[in-house]
Amino acid sequence: MRNPALHHAKLPTVTLGRLFIYASLIAMAALYLMPLWVVLLTSFKTTADIRTGNLLSLPDVWVLDGWLKAWSSACTGVSCNGISGYFINSSVMVLPAVAISTLLGALNGYVLSMWRFKGSELLFGLLLFGCFIPFQVILLPMAQTLGWLGIANTTAGLVLVHVIYGLCFTTLFFRNYYQALPGEIIKAARLDGAGFFTIFWRIVLPLSRPIIMVTVIWQFTAIWNDFLFGVVFSAGDNQPMTVALNNLVNTTTGAKEYNVDMAAAVLAALPTLLVYFVAGKYFVRGLTAGAIKG
Amino acid sequence: MLLAHPQTASRPWRWSLSLERALPKLVLAPSLLLALVCIYGYMAWTGYISFTSSSFLPNYEFTGAGQYLRLLENDRWLVACKNLALFGVLFIGISLLLGVFIAILLDQQIRAEGALRTIYLYPMAISFIVTGTAWKWILNPSLGLEKLAHDLGWSSFTFDWLTNPDKAIYTLIIAAVWQSSGFVMAMFLAGLRGIDASIIKAAQLDGASKPRIYLRIVLPCLRPVFFSAIMVLSHIAIKSFDLVTALTAGGPGYSTDLPALFMYAHAFTRGQIGLGAASAMMMLAGVLAILVPYLYSELRGKRHA
Amino acid sequence: MPKTRLNTALRLASACVLGLSLANPAHAGEVEVLHWWTAGGEAKSAAVLADMLKARGHSWKDFAVAGGGGESAMTVLKTRAVAGTPPAAAQIKGLDIQEWAKLGFLTNLDSVAAAEQWDTLLPGVITQVMKYQGHYVAVPVNVHRVNWLWINPKALAKAGASVPTNWTEFVAAAEKLQAAGIIPLAHGGQPWQDATVFEAIALEVLGIDDYRKAFVMHDSATLKGPKMVEALTRFAQVRQFIDKNSAGRDWNLATGMLLRGEAGMQIMGDWAKGEITAAGMVPGKDILCVATPGTAGSFTFNIDSFAFFKLNSDDDQTAQRALASTILTPEFQEVFNLNKGSIPARLDSDMSKFDSCAQDSMATFKSANAEGKLVPSWSHGLATTSQVQGALYDVLTKFFNDKNADPVATADLMARAVRSAQ
Repeated sequence: MRNPALHHAKLPTVTLGRLFIYASLIAMAALYLMPLWVVLLTSFKTTADIRTGNLLSLPDVWVLDGWLKAWSSACTGVSCNGISGYFINSSVMVLPAVAISTLLGALNGYVLSMWRFKGSELLFGLLLFGCFIPFQVILLPMAQTLGWLGIANTTAGLVLVHVIYGLCFTTLFFRNYYQALPGEIIKAARLDGAGFFTIFWRIVLPLSRPIIMVTVIWQFTAIWNDFLFGVVFSAGDNQPMTVALNNLVNTTTGAKEYNVDMAAAVLAALPTLLVYFVAGKYFVRGLTAGAIKG
Repeated sequence: MLLAHPQTASRPWRWSLSLERALPKLVLAPSLLLALVCIYGYMAWTGYISFTSSSFLPNYEFTGAGQYLRLLENDRWLVACKNLALFGVLFIGISLLLGVFIAILLDQQIRAEGALRTIYLYPMAISFIVTGTAWKWILNPSLGLEKLAHDLGWSSFTFDWLTNPDKAIYTLIIAAVWQSSGFVMAMFLAGLRGIDASIIKAAQLDGASKPRIYLRIVLPCLRPVFFSAIMVLSHIAIKSFDLVTALTAGGPGYSTDLPALFMYAHAFTRGQIGLGAASAMMMLAGVLAILVPYLYSELRGKRHA
Repeated sequence: MPKTRLNTALRLASACVLGLSLANPAHAGEVEVLHWWTAGGEAKSAAVLADMLKARGHSWKDFAVAGGGGESAMTVLKTRAVAGTPPAAAQIKGLDIQEWAKLGFLTNLDSVAAAEQWDTLLPGVITQVMKYQGHYVAVPVNVHRVNWLWINPKALAKAGASVPTNWTEFVAAAEKLQAAGIIPLAHGGQPWQDATVFEAIALEVLGIDDYRKAFVMHDSATLKGPKMVEALTRFAQVRQFIDKNSAGRDWNLATGMLLRGEAGMQIMGDWAKGEITAAGMVPGKDILCVATPGTAGSFTFNIDSFAFFKLNSDDDQTAQRALASTILTPEFQEVFNLNKGSIPARLDSDMSKFDSCAQDSMATFKSANAEGKLVPSWSHGLATTSQVQGALYDVLTKFFNDKNADPVATADLMARAVRSAQ
């Protein structure tokens, strides 16, 4: 090892390898960033600039018109107040939906991994199947059910729908995570006479932070970005952001203002992007902690 | 005390014991009830509707398996199924390969790993209503990559998959891989971090090369991760809807149609709810075919362990 | 500014007449209106309607769902109907109105219709669409002509081509344009646009009677007959006149190509005028409007309309009737149709503010009506149910995108698709 010649011979190959690794990583990062880059560049261009320039060319003049219009004066139907108001609608819907589905998922996962009973595996399988149901299938019967319950086209109804179809995933996440926890802790606590909820609150939940992060990120993104449920199960005043965005972007007549569309798109995606940028490291950490282990 | 009042002391104890025993089931009950109604109840409803002649809105008059026969005769449905098979296999395969590749590269004590990781992950955070337009531009021959290459002087470059009926399905795969491979990467990165470093050390001391170590030792350890990733990816593939609507809307012609889109178009746009329900049942059958073997091995394996 | 002042005045006046209706909410109803008018000009028109309704003392609850020519809106409408909470009015057209009425969802507007004499104001072809079993259930906002050929005269002049009046001339003009390096036909490869082009071709080849037989009565023999094969053969010829990047293109982007002279012609309904005027050009002058080849004097119509749903609250029903009557006022019909490019549904409309294409359209509408040359556009859902329309879309768009497709086999497929969708 100390032989200088050997050491010398080894160094270049190592650097070459590192070079290859860094080059591939950076090249791929560039490819992954391209759509976002196109969106951002376009949002700062003028409409004339968009027509003449190419996809990746920098704006001739950087303007904020698109952003201002998207925020406060673009039309999303008869009203032309931009998309700013829809942040509140979406938040009012997303926060309870994420909180409830996460809590229920944690409890379910806790039962299915630590309080198994005869047939509990089968029940888990039944729940899991819900992850795969194409959502178009349930639109009509769900509408009927919400109508019977008297919460059709209300925020409460929309929250309920998101909770139900989020449960499958949150249960899966928590169950797999708890499965990997050492069973001895629970056994010891049970021998000490601790009850079902005591163990959950005092022992299991404090250990769950990584998986809670994963679940919250997953649910938050899914629900914030959802369009289908939002458009079908909400009405005028409580429509979520994605519906307004769709009205703005998906209109096929009239001169298209791509800069406004793109700026609105970025604005609408800001909360989820922020979550990934801020909490992204917890995501991988949470996955590491066992969420994905069978 | 115990001897003095044996009955009064044991009653509440027994009661609380049975409550304590029932508690897990009670806690699980609301979720199961919801699942029973909103997954299985609705599936049963859809199943029934698929045997009716429901057109504009559901009706409940039983008419037999006619909708399924129609479906099998429908060229567009067959195209959609073929597309799903092609899309599913390639999308899952490429996402896995790319995800594993990036994860392994990222696991080599990379500087700025956090930043790079976020870049690979961010596509998951944005809905396709947003990125669909950007992808449409990038893939469009007269606006995107092809034009860019021409502007840069490479005039023989052609990239017209989006407008070519035989190739358009591959553009869906590109965009889908872009969106999901980051998540696969995160799963594998997590898996890699969970592997006992001493195994790798030992192999290194035996003189095994790095690629060999990964292929022979590390990846086999990640078997469960592969399974989980395949589950997540196949669920994305089967549900793919936003992606197709945003990028090709099933076109050119209906060459990029997928079952989810077919079902939606017939049940909601065209007033053929019966046919839509039949196609949904076929999709669910497909899901079962994937899920049941997985669950079986998963749950069986656990019991033996 | 004057408009808002007028609105305030109207509102005050109606408040006095109705005896403090503003202070007493018992008379003020609310209408929830489902529509997909989210584009610039259309959205402004919808806002005008909302204002006019407010001036009558009622409130408007906007329910806009954009996308896919109303596809998303229809999904939402169906789920709302199933949930038992339909909106007061929804943008529904053609035979779908009959479907909704058959299921018992729509309300009877006969009282408004009788009071305002809709039967005399509107031509029979329109009222037929708006009525279910003799009762009004919907109100028309406009009439579109679909069989228009839009021409960029500069492009045509550059190529030395002349305005085509039949298929042979169309092919000749297209070939000259192509030789001059101009895309002959601006087109977007979406199923409904493919169908719009085919419909125009079929109208020339089949003629009025066979068009009706095939697309309104779904006569199998006509659908797979030799004329249909000929129409398909011509349709296949169109493939060579469009650019290779047309797949998935929105129609307005195609119109943009026409306006910039990159393309010479476009077959599209008169909503294309919205794009022309938005670009500061004058329809009829900077961009010519002529009937699609061989269909001069014929009129393929497409009508936008609102269907009215049954509501429980009396106040909301009052508001609903106010909305129905507002839609047919000459003021709204004029404002709306000036924006949309179509012509008013009222035969007594003053056309002086309209451009020459719209005036031409109105004249043809009246003459075609008199001569029996008025046919419903199947590609826009006025002649067939959405099932049949969708089935035809599938066959035609597949044919158009498959270079090796055989016209004879495809005509046969059309007949089969229509039969299986019925």
